[in-house]
This record gives sequence, structure tokens and C-alpha cells, in this order.
Amino acid sequence: MAEILVLAEHDGEAVKKVTFELVTLARKFGDPAVVWTGSGAEAAQSKLAEYGAAKVYVADGGEFDDYVVAPKAELLAELVQQKAPSAVLLASTAEGKEIGGRLAVKTSSGILTDVVGLSDDFIAEQLIFGGAINVSAKVRTGTPIIAVRPNAISLEPATGAARLEPVSVPIRDKAKMAQVLERVVQQRGERPELTEASIVVSGGRGVGSAENMALIEKLADSLGAAVGASRAVTDAGWYPHQFQVGQTGKTVSPQLYVAVGISGAIQHRAGMQTSKTIMVVNKDPEAPIFELADFGVVGDLFKVVPQLVEEIEKRTS
Amino acid sequence: MNIVVCVKQVPDTWSERTLKASDSTLDRDAADAVPNELDEYAIEEGLRIAEAHEGGVTIFSMGPPRAAETIRKALSMGADQAVHLVDDALAGSDVLGTSAAMAHVFERIGFDLIILGSESTDARTGVMAAMLAERLGVPQLSYASKVEIDGSKITIHRQADYGYDRVEATLPAVVSVVEKINEPRYPSFKGIMAAKKKPVQTWSLADIELDPAQVGLANSGSEVVSFAKRPPRQAGTVVADEGDGGSKAAEFLASRKFI
Repeated sequence: MAEILVLAEHDGEAVKKVTFELVTLARKFGDPAVVWTGSGAEAAQSKLAEYGAAKVYVADGGEFDDYVVAPKAELLAELVQQKAPSAVLLASTAEGKEIGGRLAVKTSSGILTDVVGLSDDFIAEQLIFGGAINVSAKVRTGTPIIAVRPNAISLEPATGAARLEPVSVPIRDKAKMAQVLERVVQQRGERPELTEASIVVSGGRGVGSAENMALIEKLADSLGAAVGASRAVTDAGWYPHQFQVGQTGKTVSPQLYVAVGISGAIQHRAGMQTSKTIMVVNKDPEAPIFELADFGVVGDLFKVVPQLVEEIEKRTS
Repeated sequence: MNIVVCVKQVPDTWSERTLKASDSTLDRDAADAVPNELDEYAIEEGLRIAEAHEGGVTIFSMGPPRAAETIRKALSMGADQAVHLVDDALAGSDVLGTSAAMAHVFERIGFDLIILGSESTDARTGVMAAMLAERLGVPQLSYASKVEIDGSKITIHRQADYGYDRVEATLPAVVSVVEKINEPRYPSFKGIMAAKKKPVQTWSLADIELDPAQVGLANSGSEVVSFAKRPPRQAGTVVADEGDGGSKAAEFLASRKFI
């Protein structure tokens, strides 16, 4: 059976959940061969095996972390040539898509992004225009390059060898032109990552201030959720920009999305309306966000949310 | 400094956006056309850099004749001139074809800096900066929330999930911006009047000697097999808070096994 290359997303220690989702998906089409850049492959091996990875190509080297995107694309292009995989799967994250884009140019291949499902002959399902339209699409030139959204594929364990196979690909200077000088971490507590979280709690204009975002964080923590924010909140500087959910921010599709003090402008809905279950707290009964709600409370968030947190803590303690 | 800012005309998010039944490409007549929102931040950044470093700003757009409206708007913000690539053979180009055509133009007109919005609100692929950098063989400085230029050295803050990376490169380069980077100016009345007289070159594929076999729907690297409107969400339960709204919300979460 032909190989399916899966680019691992990891931070040198923890492997992102989307990588296991990609390996799960790859098994339907061939032998999943994970491509690992930098260090940490040995530690990740057993976990990758649990989802059925057949092999792990390990390209150890600092250049993958030291330069923006291009070295990873160069590695993948070389592996596409050497291994002739039937497809390359990546995470549809900002970086995953950029690597895919460069790989598409290098290999003259078609690329599909924001894919949420894959069926025979690599027919990909995409949701476009903020989830309003379902599209089935396929690549017709080169090796299909398919970027799959985190949280779109259900994890299914399987047994694989995950045999580590070192690969050595010289990275040309052309791929080392954008140098990362420093990674600046601005974490807001230990929470799951926004696009990977199974529950997301987002605050909007109704939250009223940066200080009040603590209430959103409290609710999120009671549910083990990630925190998101509407554009009104990030534009006002109440919460960092990378947490924005919406058309110009992240697209999320968690099991549960809780929108607090968010009116539901179309730009916001475009980033969250494919969530499985949606709960809303808003004082305005006319707010369009209620159109999406599986359950909504019309009321003052400063009364409803503390009571909700208290109830959750009571029930889960 | 020669700065090129890319702009794209897109269907308004507030309109009903759909695809054409005939060839599954964007139905441009069904929706109002507006400049892609993030491109306004790219224009603003281009203008600021030009003001600080004695540069000129050229607007580039690839799109149907109607995209001229978006080009005029960009010029009214203060850009100097524009190039509009328009040719029926470009219709339906995917990211491979589009990036090939754009890179071809930029090689001809020359540049120190190419600036784009980090993604368009219609296709939302977010790959164009990366693909242009790959084709042009210049540094990729994408998802920038801050840009600093010192001589030929350019440093950006590249937005990441965990914060940002500080990234350095040497010009020429491709930069894509996120909306955190600046506050785009509104065109002034003077700017709008002046824009009418600014030079806009309209080029066809023949004008730039680009092989039509590289672009267009028929040469696209991917194709839409079918599409369908998603059914609207089922209406849910909405309750008014009568002092027990939080408890009721918790009951709902428990009924769905979230707690």
C-alpha cells in the first residue's frame, strides 16, 4: 500500500491532537508515515503508534525551528519525490497551510485547505462562506496536498509500528531567509488551544472590559475549555488578538461553544457556526446569535455566568 | 523603496454568498463586491512604510473589470499608482494559477516589499504570501502584527497561537498582515478626488507574456466536484433569566453530558 505523508505538529515535546486526527484519517487511504521535524520523535513514538502510524520519518535539525515554514516545505518536497506518497496531509492551521502552499508550488500539486472530511479518491469536504455551503472538491494535478481542520476527524486508536526512520535532507539557503530570532510566549493560563479544544467559551462586547474577561476565563476553567473572544473584544484590546474567533480570526468547531455577551455579527458566526452544540448568554433577546443557539439564556451575564460557574463546580466537585 | 500592495475584491460577507451552478466558481453577481477587509491594513502599512522610508506604493489587483472599484479605493487612501491584471483566461484560477500570475507580474515590475492581507474573506486559504515567497525566492514574513524596517533589514512580529515570533530577514520580502498591525485611514475627500487622476495600468495576459496554460479554471490544480447549501441549524430553547438562568444553563450542559 502506498504511503500517506502526515506532517506532525508538535512543540518538541507534546504532539498536537490534530496530528493523531491526521494519522487516523490517513489509515483509510494507505500506510500513515508521519514526518517529524526537529527533536522529540523518540518520546512521541509510542503515542503515534497508538493511532496506527506505520513509520515516522525523523528529520532532526535546528533549521526547522529557526526559520519560518520554508525548511519544512523543502523536506516534504524531497520526501514526496523519494517516497511517492499518494497524498500529503497537514493541519489546516496558519503554518500548516503555508507549508502546504509552498509544497504545492514546489511539486506543482493542487492543494485543498480547511478540509473537514475525506472520502474515496481523496474527495475532500470543505465548508465555505462561514459554513453556509458544503463543497466536495478534489486535487487533479500532482500529489494531493490536503490541509485538514483540527477537531474535524474523530480519533480512533489502532496499532502501528511507528518505526523511526531517520532522513537527512539538506536544507538550502533559499529556505533560510526568514529567521526566527525569538519566540515570545504570551500564555493566558494553562488552557487547551483554541482550535483543538472540545469546549470553547468566548466573550464579546457585553463583557465590557479587559478585567471582566476574567469571568469568561473562570467559566472556561470550570469546563476545561479554551477562551475565545469576539472581534469587538480584541479590537478594544481587552484580550490578545490571537484568541479572536471569526472571519478575520480563528475558525473553531468544538463539541460545545458558549457565547457570552456576543451579539453574533456575521463575521463572528463565520468562525463558530459549525460548532456541534452552541449555548448563548446575552441580555438582548433580539441578538442574532440566538438563531444558532441550542440553548440560550436571555439575561445579564454578570448574574447568569457566576451562577452557572457555581452550579458547574457543585456538580463536578 | 518600491512597495507593492495586493488587493482583492471579494463578495461582501453581509451578502448571500454562493457558487455558480454552471462551473462551481464564485457567483460574483449574486453578492455586493467590496475590498477584502484585511487588504486595507496592508495598504495602510504600505503607506506608513512609504512615508517613513521615502517609498512609493503601487496597488496590484487581479480580478474582473469590476475590481477597478477596489483599486480606486486603495488609490484614494494615498497609494501612487496601480496595476490591474484582468483577462477572461484568469477566471477560475486556483491558488497555484493565481500565485503564478502574480509572481510573474512582480518579477516584471520589480519590488522591495510586497504586502498582502493575511487572508481573503472569501476563499480564506491564507496561503498566498507563502506561495509568492516560494515563487519569487524571497523571505516569507507572514501574519505580521508589527513591521520594522532598518535599511535593508526587516523585522516582524509573526502572530502565533502562543504569542508571536520575532522574525528577521533582508529585503526584498513578502509580508502579510493581520488586523492588529494598524488602524487603516479613511480616504479623505482630497484623496478621493486625486485617486481619479492616478495612473492605473490595465494588463492582459498577452501584455505580460504569461502563458494562459498556467492559469484559469481548466488549468486549476483542484476542482469542485459538487456543492450544496448547508441546512440551517435547528432552533433551540431560549429562556429568560428569572434568577435561575445560570442553573438552567448548567442543567442543559448536564443533559448533554458536558458536565
